[in-house]
Amino acid sequence: MVKTMTQLMTEDGIRCDGRRLDELRNISIKVGVLKNADGSAYIEFGKNKILAGVFGPRDVHPKHMANPDSGILRCRYHMSPFSVTERKNPAPSRREIEISKVIKEALQPAVILKDYPRTVIDVFIEVLQADGGSRCAALDAAAVALADAGIPMRDLVSACAAGKVADRIVLDVNNEEDQEGQADMPVALMPNMGKITLLQLDGMLKPEEFKTCMQTALVGCKRVYEVQRKALMEKYFQNGEQ
Amino acid sequence: MNSLILDQLKRDKILDLLKTGKRIDGRSLDEQRPLIIETGVIPKANGSARVKLGDTEIITGVKIQPDKPFPDLGDKGILICTAEILPLADPNAEPGPPNEEVIELARVVDRGIRETEMIDLHQLVLIEDKSVIGMFIDSSVIDSGGNLFDACSYASVAGILSCTVPKYEIKDEAPVLVEGVTSKPPIKTLPVSVTMARIGDHIVVDPTKDEESCMDARITITTNSDGNICAVQKGGSDGFTAEQLLECSEMALAVGRKIRKQFEKLM
Repeated sequence: MVKTMTQLMTEDGIRCDGRRLDELRNISIKVGVLKNADGSAYIEFGKNKILAGVFGPRDVHPKHMANPDSGILRCRYHMSPFSVTERKNPAPSRREIEISKVIKEALQPAVILKDYPRTVIDVFIEVLQADGGSRCAALDAAAVALADAGIPMRDLVSACAAGKVADRIVLDVNNEEDQEGQADMPVALMPNMGKITLLQLDGMLKPEEFKTCMQTALVGCKRVYEVQRKALMEKYFQNGEQ
Repeated sequence: MNSLILDQLKRDKILDLLKTGKRIDGRSLDEQRPLIIETGVIPKANGSARVKLGDTEIITGVKIQPDKPFPDLGDKGILICTAEILPLADPNAEPGPPNEEVIELARVVDRGIRETEMIDLHQLVLIEDKSVIGMFIDSSVIDSGGNLFDACSYASVAGILSCTVPKYEIKDEAPVLVEGVTSKPPIKTLPVSVTMARIGDHIVVDPTKDEESCMDARITITTNSDGNICAVQKGGSDGFTAEQLLECSEMALAVGRKIRKQFEKLM
């Protein structure tokens, strides 16, 4: 099979989409984009276009899932059939089920569920167009949507990936780099508490690269946090109110 | 739900002990439970293993058969690892489609073996883009006593190491089995998965079921023979600090070296 290897990086460290090693793709977040949801957000992260809607706290169905000591958090990450090059079967894949689980576990430490026993907070994420790093972008939107729903939170959750491409550690891996690069490490951080709530890796990293890769991703998370904060401020503190 | 009070009591007991550096079963924090590996337990499979990690017990079978390659990976054989929790393994397990925990288990086991590149998949090609050898590594949890991630991963690795690959020849563009000729699988490295749980401020290796029921967060790190970190999965409803994660990565390398010696004996 003849495979045309796209060149992932030039000698002086410029990546295939023109970014430097430590540069994020463009991110924009809009808060409160859905009428029916209690909280919502829309994110564009590179070519990712993702909607997140939050419902609740509300009654749990099925009832046996209810926890008398605490609320529960449910999360569904779903990709639209038209979100990728080849049409995706709309039924949830194993990958989507796993991502739903890790996103839920990444958000859970930030949400104060104790205050809402016997209820559920549902987070629905729809990936309308997918690019590399869709789970991080989805998490960023979901955290903002939770805040928009007025749910008490200890902190926001900001996510960003780092990886290894052409033997160098890079921030915010795009689709091509994810496919043909050497490692991809999505990380989520509660920025004010310094707590890492999501960490995955596939690829091959030496122990010292593992450390730099994680630190690189954390720098990215903090930059994403600023964008999230700004988006929330824009909705809630218009006209310079504080 | 009836376990809520019990969990709280257990958690208090486990935490009290951890403060004095001890664990409920007497192990040190970075000590794994004894690992017992037996191979060749299912002669009808091309490779198989029965692994006991403490009270957790897994049976893995490897089946090898010709298959069509994935459209975008015509120069590679197929490798698929699955895992399931049998209903007889746990009072809370139910027959039926896998839930998210089981899907995560299977995907993390698969990722560890895939990302370390344990098997040289290029050597499993019969005709490029048309016909390849597929290796299907299916693990069943038959008794669940905590840390299914590592137990399933060890059983899968042991199953692969024990397997003999049948020879196929191409006749009229179709693969035909050559009777009586087998070879060893093309092994490049030995992946070792190490799972750690954070309970309070303590990190413990290879958590038992009780420790898992009261852990705050979990991390599974898979390393290869060269000391590289190849796959990571964080789980559980809380997080880690960056320092804790670096400590975990060092622990995974150290514990991994010990387990790898056990695998080397199987080669």
